Amino acid sequence: MDEAAIKVTGLRKRYGDKQAVDGLDLEVRRGEIFAVLGPNGAGKTTTVEILEGFRRRDAGEVAVLGVDPQHGDRRWRSRIGIVLQSLEDRPELTVREQVHHAARFYPRPRDPEEVIATVGLAEKAATRSRQLSGGQRRRLDVALGIIGSPELVFLDEPTTGFDPEARRAFWELVRALRADGTTILLTTHYLDEAEALADRCAVVANGRVVALDTPKNLGGRAERLAQVRWLEDGVQRSVETTEPTALVRELATRFPGEVPGLQVLRPTLEDVYLSLISQDTP
Amino acid sequence: MTTHATTREHVAAPERMPRATTIGLARAGIELKTFFRERDAVIFIFAYPVLMLAIFATVFSDQTIGLGPGRELSFAAYFLPGMVATGLLLTSFQNLAISIAVERDEGTLKRLRGTPMPPAAYFLGKIGSVLVVSVVQMAILFAVARLVFDIDMPGASGWATFAWIFALGTASGAVCGVAFSSLPRSGRSASAVVTPVVLVLQFVSGVFFAFPDLPGWMQQLAALFPLKWMAQGMRAVFLPDEAKAIEPLGEWELPMVAAVLAAYLVVGLVLGVRTFRWRRRDDG
Repeated sequence: MDEAAIKVTGLRKRYGDKQAVDGLDLEVRRGEIFAVLGPNGAGKTTTVEILEGFRRRDAGEVAVLGVDPQHGDRRWRSRIGIVLQSLEDRPELTVREQVHHAARFYPRPRDPEEVIATVGLAEKAATRSRQLSGGQRRRLDVALGIIGSPELVFLDEPTTGFDPEARRAFWELVRALRADGTTILLTTHYLDEAEALADRCAVVANGRVVALDTPKNLGGRAERLAQVRWLEDGVQRSVETTEPTALVRELATRFPGEVPGLQVLRPTLEDVYLSLISQDTP
Repeated sequence: MTTHATTREHVAAPERMPRATTIGLARAGIELKTFFRERDAVIFIFAYPVLMLAIFATVFSDQTIGLGPGRELSFAAYFLPGMVATGLLLTSFQNLAISIAVERDEGTLKRLRGTPMPPAAYFLGKIGSVLVVSVVQMAILFAVARLVFDIDMPGASGWATFAWIFALGTASGAVCGVAFSSLPRSGRSASAVVTPVVLVLQFVSGVFFAFPDLPGWMQQLAALFPLKWMAQGMRAVFLPDEAKAIEPLGEWELPMVAAVLAAYLVVGLVLGVRTFRWRRRDDG
């Protein structure tokens, strides 16, 4: 069980004259939440769909739970859970019917009622999906994705269109899955989501991984210059430094009491992300 | 990075995968549930053959079809086999062609493809639901024909013929429906693409008229498609034997009915298998 959950080397996929994936390498460890970030058209979805066994690759090595997805059989499928981008399907079936039905596909399903409760839909179990809100529908998608007690779950832009509260609740759900030992591969456009959830994240641009690290260290974020801001004589001052503490100490002696408008800013994940993908734009 | 449990409790002997037939049965159940909750389709499929029979039987209530000296057939009785064939075409071909196109468009098929459900189970479920819906549809149609229009029902050997035409016709309609479902570009356009095909087929196959009244070229055109043969086979079931005199060759041609339906079954199966897609066309 020491093998990686996902191992990708030199993955390539071309559509017509567009090289969607261009030598992508990736390794997702068991039990981690791994976020894949990147602009639209960067090759994220193509890569994930190759990992899910929906698409064939042109070149490269891919192992998902030790199996080549192109040759993934039913047993392999029963070990992964896929939550696709939002769908509006099966409007006439209730939450309970859909979850109980999906459980029958798997050799070792979770208890459907328990799964419904886990995703917070216990009170909506008898509701048809057409009457669910966007967030509730998404949680139903997750319920269907985890009903087979998968070792690895793919979450494709799971919280698009959520209000902040629903988003927080969803994050808790994902963390609870990880606490159970499930590996999670998450694609998202929300950098705060990656920061809040991911153990590690990869930034994909032009079909390649341009950075891969923990959200804190991504793209040398921890070592980047900090910006210290304060107000002096009514003027906004700003200094970039590798030693913000020293500067703050100096400011503290220069001002009699509080330093007016004092701020120490580290580059956000978004700053780092934007610089990473702009560096790589041809 | 924090460490997380990297092993799971259940790594022991692998459990058996559920059987395709078991899942297929569950699929049939969920398909039927879905079908009966989409009220438009339910009303259309159950009411259309009955309504058509009622309209034509009423409009032509003063006319009969002569079957030689002293024997004649009410128009209602003559139309019933056509409505039987039409009904089966609706339930199998039209119903599947539209519903699968919609499922493909909405992503249901892609979602299913991402689960360990064997593809065979999906098709078993479709076949199971088509069979159940057809049986209910036929029961309603026969009840109305017998009780309202006083049409004679066939004897034992007639029912035996009915059984194989029903099975073969429904099966070939279903596989052709699966194959045809790949043609509409979207779920929303599906019924606009499928319905006219079925409607034209109904007219040229003479289910609304006495088949011999159609122009010769139309009869020949109709002979290329299964509905004409299914209707002819059903006439063999529901009309008295001497009515075969007004068929094009003066015969029921049951072997030909079997041959054409079987040919469509094979062609539909091959096309269906080769063209079936779990994803939308614009999804790679």
